Order: sequence, then structure tokens, then C-alpha cells
Amino acid sequence: MTQPHSTGAQKAIEVKSVSKSFGAYQALKSVSFDIGSNEFFTMLGPSGCGKTTLLRMLAGFESPDSGSILLNGKEVVAIPPHRRRVNTVFQSYALFPHMTLEQNVAYGLENLGWEQARIKNRVGEMLERVHMGPMARRRPAQLSGGQRQRIALARALAPEPEVLLLDEPLSALDLKLRQAMRDELRTLQRDTGITFVFVTHDQEEALDMSDRIAVLGGGEVQQIGTPTEIYEEPVNRFVADFVGETNFLEVEVLETAGGEATIRTPFGLSITVPATGPTARGRATLSVRPEKINLGNQAQGLIFEGRIVNKNYMGGYTHYTLDVSGTELRASRRNASREGDTIPLGATVPVGFVAGSARVLAA
Amino acid sequence: MTDSALHAPAETEHAPRARFWHDLSFWGLLPSRLLMGFALILPIFIIAAVSLATRGAHGGFAWDLNLAGYRQILFNEGWTGELEFTPQYLLIIGRTFLLAGATTVICLLFAVPVAYFISRQPPGRKAALVYLVTLPFWVSMILRVYAWMIILGKDGTLPRLLETLGFPAGMSFMFNDGATLTAMVYTAMPLMVLPVFASIEKLDGTLIEASHDLYGDRWVTLRRVILPLTAPGLTAGAILVFVPSLGAVLEPTLMGGGKQMMMGSLIQLQFGGGRNWPFGAAIAMTLMALVMIFLIVTSLRAARREVAP
Repeated sequence: MTQPHSTGAQKAIEVKSVSKSFGAYQALKSVSFDIGSNEFFTMLGPSGCGKTTLLRMLAGFESPDSGSILLNGKEVVAIPPHRRRVNTVFQSYALFPHMTLEQNVAYGLENLGWEQARIKNRVGEMLERVHMGPMARRRPAQLSGGQRQRIALARALAPEPEVLLLDEPLSALDLKLRQAMRDELRTLQRDTGITFVFVTHDQEEALDMSDRIAVLGGGEVQQIGTPTEIYEEPVNRFVADFVGETNFLEVEVLETAGGEATIRTPFGLSITVPATGPTARGRATLSVRPEKINLGNQAQGLIFEGRIVNKNYMGGYTHYTLDVSGTELRASRRNASREGDTIPLGATVPVGFVAGSARVLAA
Repeated sequence: MTDSALHAPAETEHAPRARFWHDLSFWGLLPSRLLMGFALILPIFIIAAVSLATRGAHGGFAWDLNLAGYRQILFNEGWTGELEFTPQYLLIIGRTFLLAGATTVICLLFAVPVAYFISRQPPGRKAALVYLVTLPFWVSMILRVYAWMIILGKDGTLPRLLETLGFPAGMSFMFNDGATLTAMVYTAMPLMVLPVFASIEKLDGTLIEASHDLYGDRWVTLRRVILPLTAPGLTAGAILVFVPSLGAVLEPTLMGGGKQMMMGSLIQLQFGGGRNWPFGAAIAMTLMALVMIFLIVTSLRAARREVAP
């Protein structure tokens, strides 16, 4: 289920009990995890969760107060950034404004002491790869955001680093471009086989691209797992709330056994659902994703009644807000046919969800 | 004719408004135009005129146009009217450029690390340090130069300090080019630190991180990222230091002992004790011409750097 350690035999990065404080503010509280070779690993969390601090530690711009960081089995905490085989794609891209695109991409290679001919080849190759070949002689100021992004990628990948760090690289792009760049980044990672460590606060980006995700909150790792695990089996309320949309219901645990819990819902129903957090009896939270709740003639599993109090038609799907005996529930329904969005506002309809799609979390 | 007839109605419609703005800009700018004219341009023309006049018998000058003032920079007129080449004033011009250049270079070497250090401080301390840099401006320049005389002169602070360290007693560091240079560097330093600080402050710190990230050590980062991106500030500082240093008067007179002259002190001498206004004016015009050449060359180079691919 939860994998604090990567399954791959080789570990590209090992973070061991890393702590960091800025004055009185504790940014990281004894964080530990591994990142496997060739993995697309995402650190996901709200601002201030410590994800950027961790990334900067991997690059060498910050050092932990305690704990250690291993890169391919080698301790790197004392090694300065310019001697780590790690490259960064900065959020602001940080392209050198006084250099051409060519010179930007060649910069790292020159510092590594590559021969001129080899640098020229590699720069040409990288510019082709990010479809910027014809613009080699331009300067960063003459580029659009998406083009700068590509150059930043080419510059960081050119020296063939052991690990590529990406600090919210898509946040400055518009929606369409962001989607295209996601696919491009994923392809680039698969083709190069380089370990990518991606930092974002956008859960959709994280779910879409990652092999594994570490959800960070309050300076701690909340959960590490594959996108499906994170979305479908959140270990606590923080993860369930931060990743995707969900309904939280206050429930009472009657009995627990073998990863399942029998609970009483606010609507007076008793069901048995998967549980990750609590094992004790008493108050707990049930998380049900809106798309897991089905309405009208599609209602199945555990069925009760609800009244539609609000409706948001989004085209491909419709969001409904339901009143179920005083508790608010959100449901979304895919508009599979033209007549999909047929439930009128104010109607009382059957509401249901399959017990296995809900999850009990610690209160 | 037809043209103006066609445009006539439109003109009358817009004329009052356009006229108002035209008048406003004329009368509004008048005070600054007058100030520029009387305080800046007119004196230059007066000096230019004086440089072409003839030296009066008892000081002053007569409106008898000739180039004697300029000729005197290069030639001495003998008893019989023959012209004899004399390098003494050329040497002074050379010394002036050498000292001003040295001042600029030394100021640069000190100002870059100082400005870098200030830029890395937290905001409160940063403001305090910038204030400290400008502090000498609040004290009269002549007092600051006298302070240096007290430090470097015979029985001054530095010789006494050296004496206690076992050096021979009675050393003096005054009345030489070193003393002049020291005071010039001290006087000009804030003019260098401020523009350099401004450009370093503007520099995006992520670019320095990016350089380190791409295997650039400190030296490479300084040479290939920091210096090229702060070049405008360094150039501005160099101009602000070099140009006034060319006209230094107090430092060579007080610190250098007045015997080793610079153009500034030479000009002052001609208008004062030398009583040769046309010659003083000619040197002043020469100095101005040299400064303008320097500025034009600098700005052309800056422009080329921007255009370069």
C-alpha cells in the first residue's frame, strides 16, 4: 500500500531524517524517503509544506540542520551545488539574459570541461529535442514563456545529470501549454531515463505525471505512493482533502477488522468500508469522492435519498450539491449522452455509493 | 491653398486645446530652461570666449582674440618670439588621467565587494549600511581632506602607529601622489558604491544559483554571470568617479602639496595666483573636450554591447 521506500533495486536519492528550521519556523520535521533510479517522483503539497526547501537541499542551495541526503549512495550534504551531478529547472527558468539560447545550453557543458566539438553537438541535439533548433541565436527576452521553459529544460538536461530537479516549472504557463508540457516532460523522462524530482502544488499535475507522489504537509511526509494509491487510498484527512475533491462525513466506528471498519453514517446506515487510519472504535471521518456517488437510476450500493440544492453544469459533467437529511454531499456525474444532465434542481432522488469506494480516516 | 482650406475647420476645432498644452509646456519649462541657460550653458560660452582672449597686463584679460592660451599648453614663447615645445603641461594632463584612472580602478576594486556585501544583508541593515556609505557627503569636503592630512602627515595617526610597531620615527606620507590618490579614492568611493550596489541589488539571485547548479564555481559565476549583468552599474560608477576626479583641485593642492599639479589645480592657479585667465580657460576647455570624448567613447561601447548578438 504505502511505500516509503522505492521498489526499484537502485536508489537515486535517499533522504534520511532531514530537519530544517528557519528561525522559529520548522520547515521540515525529520523527513525520510527514497527515490528510485529512473523514477518520476513528485513532491506535492501546499505552499509552506517544505517541498521547495527539500528540492533546494537536493540541489545543494540549502543544507539540513540534521539528517543526511545520499545521492546514488554517496553523502552529499557537504558537497556544493556546482559539484553535484544534479541540475535544476527553476520556476522562473533563470535563463541567462545576456547569453543566446545556444550559450545558455552550453554553459553547464563548458564548466564541465567538455571539448568544443562535443559541446556543439550536444547543444544542437538538445535544441532539436525541445524543438528550438532554429532559434539557437536568439536571446531569452525574445521568447515566449513556453519557449523559455523548453530552453530551461534543454539547459538542465544537456549535462546528462543523475537527477533532474523541477521546481513548479509549469506554473507560469497557460492552461493549454501546461497540458502539452506535461506530456512532453513525461516523454522526456522516459526517453532519457533520468530521475526526475518534480515539485508542485497542483494535484492534477502530480497525478498525471508521477510514478510516485510524496504528499507533504506541515513539514512532514503525509503519504508516499502511486497516484492511484494517493487518490483512492488516502491515509489521512489532509491527503484526502488536498488531493482531489471529496466529501467528509462524521461517522462512528463500531468495529474494525483486517483493514476494514464497520461504521454508522449520519444517515443512520451501518456499512463496512476499507479503513487505513484508525483501528479504534469511536468517531472517525468517512471520505467519499464526488464521482463515486451516483444519482437517480444510476444509484447503486448503499442507497439513500437526497435533494438537489445546487447544480453546476460543466459540459462534460455536472456537479450536484445534495442535501441528505441535513448533511451536504457533493456528487459529480459524467454527461455520457446528450440528455445526461436531466436531474432538475430541487428534485429528491436516490443517492448511492459502493461501500468499497469510500474510506474511513482518523477523525 | 486648397489644402489649408480643407484643414481649416478641423484646426479651429482643436486649436485652443493644442495651444493650451503648447503654452503650458513652454511656460512650464521656462524656469528650468533659464536655469540651464544661465547656470550651465552661458558660463561655458564665457569660458570658451575667455580662452580665446588675451592675457591682461595686470591680470584679467582683454578682448583681443587669439589662440595664445591654447598654444601655451604645448609651447613656450621665447624672448624673441620663437616657440619652444614644452612638455610640462602635457605631463600634468597625463598625470591627471593617470591619477583619475587609478582612482577609478581602486574604487571599483573596493566597491564591488562592499556593494555585494551590503546587498546580502537583511533589509533594515541594508538601509543603514547604504546610509553609512553616503555619510561622508554630510561633511564638507575640505574638512574630509584635512582629516586625511591629520592621519597621514608628520606626527599624524599613521606615522605614530607605525612608530609603535618599530618603524623609524617622523615618517610622513604627505605631499606625494600616493597621498593625493588616497584622498581622491576616499572622496569618490560613495559615488562608486551606490550605482554598483544598485546594479548588484537588481541582479536576480536565481541566476547565480543557476550558474552554480550548472557547475560554475564562484570565479566562473563572477566572470560569466555577475560581471556581465552588473556592467551597466560598473560603467555608471566608473564615469561618476573618473569624470570628477579629472577635475580634482583640493586633493592635489592640499595632499599633494601643490607642486605635483593636476589639471584642476593648474586651472585654479591660472585664475588665481597665475593671473592668466585665457590660459586657465584654455586648459578648462581642453579638459572638457577630453571628458566629452571619454563619455562618447564609453556610451558608444555600451550601445554596441547591447546590439551585439
